[in-house]
Amino acid sequence: MAEHFAYFPHTEKDINEMLERISLSSLEDLYSDVPSDFIYKGEYDLPEAMSEEELRRFFGELAKKSPKKKVFVGQGAYDHYTPSVIEYICSRSEFLTAYTPYQAEISQGTLRYIFEYQSMICELTGMDVSNASMYDGATAAAEAMRLCVSSCRGRNRVLVSESLLPNIVETLKTYAHFAGIELAFISVEDGETSHSALEGMLGTDVAGVIVPSVNRFGVVEDHEGFSALIHEAGAYMVEYCDPSTLAVVKTPGEWGADVAVGDGQSLGIPLCYGGPYVGFMACRSELMRKLPGRVVGQTLDKEGRRAYVLTLQAREQHIRREKATSNICSNQSLMALWVTVYLSLMGPRGMKRVNDLSFEGAHLLKKELLETGLFEDVLSDKPFIKEFVLKPLCDVTALQESLCDAGYFAALQTAEGYVTFCVTEKYTEDDIKGLVEVVKSLK
Amino acid sequence: MSKIIPGLLYSESHEWVKVDGGVAIIGVTDYAQSELGDITYVDMPQKGDEVTKEGELGALESVKTAADLISPVSGTVVATNNQVEDDPSLINSDPYTNWIVKVEMSDVKELDSLLSAAAYENIL
Amino acid sequence: MKYYDKLVLELSQSGRTGFSLRKAHSEVQLPENLKRKTALNLPEVSEPDVVRHYTNLSQMNFGVDTGFYPLGSCTMKYNPKINEELARVPEFTGAHPLMHSEGLEEVYRLADKYLAAITGMSHFTFQPCAGAHGELTGLMLMRAYHESRGDEKRKRIIVPDSAHGTNPASAAMCGLDVVVVKSGENGLVDVESLMPLLGDDLAGIMLTNPNTLGLFERDIKEIASLVHDCGGLLYYDGANMNPLLGVVRPGDMGFDIMHLNLHKTFSTPHGGGGPGSGPVGVNEKLAGLLPTIRTSGFHGNTGVIIKALAYILSLGREHIRLAGKLATLNANYIKESLRDSYLLPIDSVCKHEFVFDGLREPNGVTTLDVAKRLLDYGFHAPTIYFPLLFHQTIMIEPTETESKETMDGFIEVMEKIAREAKEDPEILKTAPHNTPVSRPDETLAARRPILRWTPES
Repeated sequence: MAEHFAYFPHTEKDINEMLERISLSSLEDLYSDVPSDFIYKGEYDLPEAMSEEELRRFFGELAKKSPKKKVFVGQGAYDHYTPSVIEYICSRSEFLTAYTPYQAEISQGTLRYIFEYQSMICELTGMDVSNASMYDGATAAAEAMRLCVSSCRGRNRVLVSESLLPNIVETLKTYAHFAGIELAFISVEDGETSHSALEGMLGTDVAGVIVPSVNRFGVVEDHEGFSALIHEAGAYMVEYCDPSTLAVVKTPGEWGADVAVGDGQSLGIPLCYGGPYVGFMACRSELMRKLPGRVVGQTLDKEGRRAYVLTLQAREQHIRREKATSNICSNQSLMALWVTVYLSLMGPRGMKRVNDLSFEGAHLLKKELLETGLFEDVLSDKPFIKEFVLKPLCDVTALQESLCDAGYFAALQTAEGYVTFCVTEKYTEDDIKGLVEVVKSLK
Repeated sequence: MSKIIPGLLYSESHEWVKVDGGVAIIGVTDYAQSELGDITYVDMPQKGDEVTKEGELGALESVKTAADLISPVSGTVVATNNQVEDDPSLINSDPYTNWIVKVEMSDVKELDSLLSAAAYENIL
Repeated sequence: MKYYDKLVLELSQSGRTGFSLRKAHSEVQLPENLKRKTALNLPEVSEPDVVRHYTNLSQMNFGVDTGFYPLGSCTMKYNPKINEELARVPEFTGAHPLMHSEGLEEVYRLADKYLAAITGMSHFTFQPCAGAHGELTGLMLMRAYHESRGDEKRKRIIVPDSAHGTNPASAAMCGLDVVVVKSGENGLVDVESLMPLLGDDLAGIMLTNPNTLGLFERDIKEIASLVHDCGGLLYYDGANMNPLLGVVRPGDMGFDIMHLNLHKTFSTPHGGGGPGSGPVGVNEKLAGLLPTIRTSGFHGNTGVIIKALAYILSLGREHIRLAGKLATLNANYIKESLRDSYLLPIDSVCKHEFVFDGLREPNGVTTLDVAKRLLDYGFHAPTIYFPLLFHQTIMIEPTETESKETMDGFIEVMEKIAREAKEDPEILKTAPHNTPVSRPDETLAARRPILRWTPES
């Protein structure tokens, strides 16, 4: 046998004893029912096995090729501060190495934090019921699109605002294409979803409408009259939101929406190049049984003790198969824990503070950037929290490169040719002034 | 021993039918409720829905399983049992008194292909 | 495990704080009609109380690090800790997805290269965040392939009756009509039953190999040519890849598209139900279609992919050769050791998992009772009542990271339970006795759903 591997406990003695028990003479005999030409004979095209120190060195080299930057871009992934407690709790092996809580009696830890998560998502969004999590905001939006169509008999069309982030729109298009759902896009007017365009597009074939609460320009949209219009046309209203901003911005519940979706990444989950994040979906109680994904419910055990279980499983794939509300099995459970611990630490005052500091920083940055004379204000009368766009009056590539060289990731370009910035509570006035200095050097 | 009521008509998918003029009153048999276990939810059709014989009329859910309610006749849904909708356990406690859906039949002759109580007992 | 009955929302006291942020000089200003008016009832708890609460919750949980977790089809192997350390490197966790990151791009390039080498496929997409997500993405690629060749009518897909529920569910989400092929007496796909299902409107077939009974589909060559001959594609559900790790490559068996579960075969932790990662691999024929399908927001679960890459590098070309074999050895060892007490419906050499159909002498004791009693002895129960081909199914998958002593301990307890069934069935029917809660009322939970906390509840 080759040089021993720390994760394989088997000694030669173990292997021989086990082979004897099963009446076989070699490990290869275990595959005698496999056509012999399928047994891979050569050496796998992999490097030599690395020890832990070699791994540390290897990944250390990769890290050097990706120096850390001060992140001043949002666009669906926000560099909010992560409290120290969260990592500590989420790496407890009873949470980290556990499986889906099918055996409720030894999974009350997982089940209870999911119940807490569901409760807090309802609080943030103003909805009645939440599921146990989805993969990310984009796929949660796609599932909401499917929910509208399956809940609205005979209707196959969903209206989607062009002010949603492009990666979400692309994901919706992919899911819609293969599911045979028709999408139509509501145009943007003056930096937000056009009320009049929406009105013109509603009809007896529309099952749902998806609009962002805070859109890709960072603008807090005004959805006055939307839910009345949409409901009168017999359709469902889906709000795509950034949960961090829901502490201060009107909630989907307050807007009269039927479903709220989005990504919980802004609730203290590190950027991590895009994942793992956590999609959420919450809805009004009438739609409870249409919710995709797992759901945890409260009950009593045989001794009358409060206990939690996965419930309403009859909607799910392992029971309903092709008639299930969705194919989703594993979700992003540990990230739901992450978000739950975050919200427990932050509380209502912490959430307000995050938004106050972000608001302060973003408005300061915008003012200073405009003062450089290298940008023009667009959407000047539209309210924003932490993210905004400007029209560049300078060479964008040069701007991006200078910022990158100085250690900033900022001024990402949008489809319209704007540049986008985002400031969170993680960045100080010094960080902001530093960025502005780099911009000024382009003059 | 599974309970079967004489005088009703039965389908192979374990629904029973009581004929009331031109209306078929539909429920599920004792065998069905026992196989499903504790019924937790009934997915009802809506009044006015058109159904075809052997088409889906709705569904019954229990904790670990779900089963489609197959319509024994074609026609239009004229009523659904609100009591059963509020308390699905009624189907478990008395599957024959607690009907689920009433369908106004479009073709009474379809009843001829359903099973008698004796014939249903044979297939169990 | 001790019963701890609190929810963090119940620990809340107005005025307490658990956060640590500098002061703001001003507040958010918004037009009145855009402001949140409803109170935000999140918990107000101090940091020490939050830590204590979640620590206590964790102590009512059982993970792979706690004990043996023989869940069939889940591959609960050891989760290496070095991988956790590497995924936490600040340059990785601090990278914005839209940022250029040479190091992370290299991670993806290497993961693609090595997974291709291990599976015999050409290239992978890492967007899918879980196995089911991978299935959906893979089926979308299947449809995209037929569409790109103007073959619009291929809307049917064959799925075995033993398939995991995600297979037909994914097919339905992708606009495909599911056609079920029966398994024969030997638990394998029945080729005779397959033939009438072929046709020029067939998109393809989804197969798990070994299947959900842990048996290798030995007619795979014939099945592959039958499906390819009528113009369909072969999809490989990689949930059961573990026994083939270092032994067989799905690409060599004729599969065109496949997904892997990194949180199964590639050792990344299950996290209580996620995050996982379900990369989808395709052969040369479909490689050009990969960039055309977007099924998630950014690049997939990067943190998980880093861990899987580290695992592959620690296995290297030397140790990978033993991974699948040891997993298969372990499964057969347990099977042969317990066959006298438990009913073995299919008596052949299995791969990484196998099924029993309940106790040989049940005496009224069900598989559920056996599973619950195992919890009393400090083991996680195996998978129960899946697949649906038998009535009292117990599916056991030990994985290759379990020692002979651990398995001997499990075997001893399973035999004890078989004896208890004969001598004292009541103790099984009322199990578990040593856990914080016992036999929660699932009927009540489904009939009267309480899905969130409210102050009154």
